[in-house]
This record gives sequence, structure tokens and C-alpha cells, in this order.
Amino acid sequence: MTRALEHWLRVKSSTFCPGCGHGILLGAVVRALDELGVDRKNLLFVSGIGCAAWIPSPHIKADTLHTLHGRAVAYATGAKLFNPKLTTLVVSGDGDLTSIGGNHLIHAARRNLGLTVICANNQIYGMTGGQTASTTPVGALTATAPSGNAWRPFDLVKLVLGAGGRFVARWPVSRPRPLIASIKKGIQSGQFAFIEAISPCPTQFGRRNRVDEVTELYRRMDADCVEAAEADKLSPEERAGKIVIGEFGDV
Amino acid sequence: MRSEPARILMGNQACAEGALAAGCSFYAGYPITPSSEIMETLADRLPREGKVFVQMEDEIGSICAVIGASWAGAKAMTATAGPGLSLMMEGLGYAAFTETPCVIVDVQRAGPATGQATRVGSGDILQVRFGMHGDVCPIALSPGSVQEMYDLTIRAFNLAERYRVPVFLMADEGIGHLRESVFLHKDFTIENRVRDASRPPFGTPEPDGVPPMPVFGDGAELMITGSTHDEKGFRKVDDPEPHRRLVERINRKILDHEADIVEVEERFLDDATVAVVAYGFTGRSALAAVKALRRDGVRAGLVRLKTLWPFPRAALARLDQRVQRVVVPEMNRGQVAMLVRAEMNAEVVSLCQTDGEVIEPEAIAARVREVLP
Repeated sequence: MTRALEHWLRVKSSTFCPGCGHGILLGAVVRALDELGVDRKNLLFVSGIGCAAWIPSPHIKADTLHTLHGRAVAYATGAKLFNPKLTTLVVSGDGDLTSIGGNHLIHAARRNLGLTVICANNQIYGMTGGQTASTTPVGALTATAPSGNAWRPFDLVKLVLGAGGRFVARWPVSRPRPLIASIKKGIQSGQFAFIEAISPCPTQFGRRNRVDEVTELYRRMDADCVEAAEADKLSPEERAGKIVIGEFGDV
Repeated sequence: MRSEPARILMGNQACAEGALAAGCSFYAGYPITPSSEIMETLADRLPREGKVFVQMEDEIGSICAVIGASWAGAKAMTATAGPGLSLMMEGLGYAAFTETPCVIVDVQRAGPATGQATRVGSGDILQVRFGMHGDVCPIALSPGSVQEMYDLTIRAFNLAERYRVPVFLMADEGIGHLRESVFLHKDFTIENRVRDASRPPFGTPEPDGVPPMPVFGDGAELMITGSTHDEKGFRKVDDPEPHRRLVERINRKILDHEADIVEVEERFLDDATVAVVAYGFTGRSALAAVKALRRDGVRAGLVRLKTLWPFPRAALARLDQRVQRVVVPEMNRGQVAMLVRAEMNAEVVSLCQTDGEVIEPEAIAARVREVLP
């Protein structure tokens, strides 16, 4: 991270594994805040449990609330309702926000309270040792699916839009500029905003699925991503296995 | 003489009035019998006062929203019954460990499981002490009248602010749905947390073990976590010493203040040879039983527990100097009797009733006669 952004950081070291995408996402969040000139005194980060929950806590120098597994959105709902002046960002992982915490996520989208929820999706449980998540692709190898995951993953964009989310976006961390732009747009919307950041986990997902090189993991992720306008031109066969990225919703 | 007129209210309504009088500014909850009148009253009243009410998606979300609001500066509460309390357990442990002031009203019903949702019970007394994983002593109060639904709700908010803890009001369906006269008086002081951002929020050696609590937006750049943390809030997930220090302090700050926290009502004890120890709705039946026994010449007394946690050990030690036998009537399988037995040399006899009905005075009087020396 550039020196000019260091004032956003509480600690100068990180516990993320080599090759983890969460450091890039931390950089994107901080850049979005810096570019918006957000008032730090009234800035609140809420996170749950897992690697992604450590993106704001303890890294970011602002009020941070590191909560229970799955419950970050409910905590944020209470804080934001009581003090609407708080710019409130929830940053947590796919397992936290959409498996154990799925109920709070869809209800927050329904209420359309002004929360910006950033979901770091690494398609696996990283901190607990590589178990299956609600976002793990069919066939992927995990600690709890040694023969390959049998169950379909959530499409988080469709899930949140279906629950009433007004601004929804999805980008891989390998495309930081549009990711930063969507985070800014989400914060500025004043409405419920959901941003899925696809963030690779070399240690658990890459290792278990025989993608040994970090660069190869990132290359494959980025190659799988196709922007919504392009995806519309693809045949169903060509579209299979692709990750549709972009901004969705009506804000 | 009180200047304000008495009103006839339901216990649950008096609880809501107490919350408003104490300065409650945030309610999050999920409907559940027999507590819903608290929620319904506050759904109407809080927004009219410019305060916040939200119906959450479940009880887990409710307690989490309460904790989030408390750190945003609210005097926050929720109300529930047994099944909801079970769902809240993880959040309640988080509140205790992060020293978050909040009030939880449990209008107990006949359990376990869904049990009899509209009938009375008092089966949650040990759950609020031992239901959270880990080990932390909470504060739990037990109202015995509609007046105490008002008074002890105010006290619950004050204790929560004073000690930075979740405080439980362990009501029961009998008290929650009882209608009787109540004075909605203003004869009380209001406690507020110390919002000092210049000192660490998680336990420098304050003389009383209660650190100051700045809130979001105060500029404290708070780090709040349910992981073991140091005095500033940094996670300390491997070192033995920070964990030992934190667990000890959050228990000590309650246990060192038993004299300030614990309240009991002692009646007819001067010449008593036998006593009833009771709480909640059962305390009313116990008083009627003791009066009836006295009319028949039995020297019976009563200790009514208005505080259940921390457990009123000093009052029971005093009682142990006076009586040889104690009867503990309760609407469970003997939860408090077990605790009383551990504190007293006197013979402690349980009267358990788990049929969804309140215990009648005659049943208590009969049990006392059976055990008379």
C-alpha cells in the first residue's frame, strides 16, 4: 500500500497468507474511503468471524466491531438504526455472510437500510481449515467434501437482488478499479449495497484443488470472469462455469 | 403519600413503562408469547419519542442488533421467552465478554421446548447463569408484582449502565400477564455509562473493575471483539495471561459488588423457626402461605429473592442463623432449591410444580407443615 494511505491503518503488518486476495480488498476499501473523503469519526466497520472479518479488524483505523459468526449484519442494523450518521460498512466472508448469516443478509436487503456489505468470496472456509461453503463450486475438493462438493453454490448477486437489494455488484480482486468504483457507489447510494469481491484462497482452495501456483489461481479466476454485457452474447454452453461480473440493480 | 395516581396495568405493560422511564432508546425483538405486550407497547411508544424500535428476523438478530445499538450509544433492550432466550445465548455471552450494557426481559413460560407457550413456568433460572459457553456471572432480577415489573426494569437499566453488563429481568407468565395497580413514579436516579475516550475501554485497573465506555462516533477508534482482548481491544488469542485477567475481571466486577446489586425482601423472620425462600410469582403465594401459617400459630418466615444472580448468599447465611428448615417452592424441578442447599446448613426442602399452573398458597403451607420440626 502506498505511504499516502497508511493513515487508514491501525497496524503495519498482516496475518493474511501469501497470495490471499483479502489484502487487495483491504486496499480497495481504503482507497474508496480515501477517494470519497469519508469522515472517519463517523465511520463504522462491522465484521463477523473468519479471515475476511479480519480485513477491517484490526487493520483499519476507525471504529471496528468484530462480532459473532454470521451476525455482523444484525449488529450493523442496530448501530445504523440508532445512529444513522454512521457510515456503516460490513466486511466479511462468504461463509459468514451467506451460510450461517444468510437470514440476516436477506432481511437487511429487504429493509434497504443504508449499509454497504462487502462479501469477500473465496468459495471455501479458510480460517477453519478449508471446509465446504455455500459458495463452493460443484465438484471442488474441500476438507468436508474429499470426493468433490455435491451441492450447488449460491449465486450471491441473484440472492441479494431477489431479497430486494437495490445496488449489487460483483468483481474479482484482480480488477481493483471497478471494485473501488462500486464500493464508492455503494456507500454514496445511501441504500443497502452489496458488493461481492471474489478473492482467491491459495492456502485452502488452491492447495486442495491442485492449483499450486498463486499466479495460476489468479489467472484462472480472472479468465472465468465475464462482464454482464459480454455474458449476454454467450451461448448457454459458453456461459457455463463463467462468473458474471459488473454492477446490477436499479441504483 | 405518592403524588401520582395508581394505574391498573398488565405486568408486561409496566415493564415497558419502566423501560421508557429509565431512558430506553432502542428496542429490537421478535414476537413470542407470553412477552409480546412489552414489544407491542414499545413499538407504539418509542418512535413517538423519537427513539428506535425494530422487529428483527429472529431472536439471534434481536440480541445482536441490541448490542450494536448499545455501542452506538443506545440504552437498548429486548424481551423474549424460553425458546428465544435459548437462541440468544451466543449473543449474550458476547455482550458479557465485550462488557456491553443491555437489558433482556425473559417472561418465562412452561418448557422445555415449545412446551405450553401461554402457561407459566420458571425453568430458565440456571440457563441465564450457565447457558452461555465459558463462565461469566450475569445479573438477574426477579419481579414479584406489577409494581416490580416497573421498578426492577428501571433498576435493570441502571445496573447495566453501572457495571457494563447484560442484565436479565426474569419475569414469568404469571407476573407478565397479571393486572394490578402500579405507581409509575419518578422516585429514582438514572445511571449512565462513563463515555470517556481518553482511557482504554477494556479494563485498565479501575478500582471497581468497570472501564469507561466511549461509543461509535466519539472518536475513540474502538476495537470491539468477542475474542479475548487486551485493555485497548487488540485480540489476544494465544496468551494465557490476557484471558485469565479478562475472565476474572468480568466476574469480579459483579461478585465484588454483591452488596450493591443483591436485593431480598425478608418478612416475619424475627421469631421464625421455618422459612420459605421464593421468587417471582411464587413469592406472592409464599407470602400468603406464611401469613396463613402464622394465623395458625406456626412461626414461619419468608425470604423473597428479588435478585437471583449474583445469588443472594449473604441473605441465606443470615437466614441460616435463624431457622432449621427451609421450603423452596418453584415452578421447575428445583433449580433454586439446589443453590439454597449449597449455601445453608438448615434442611432445605423443595416444592416443585411443573404443570403450567402457579403454585397455590395452600400447597406451600401444606409443605411447610409437613417439615415442621
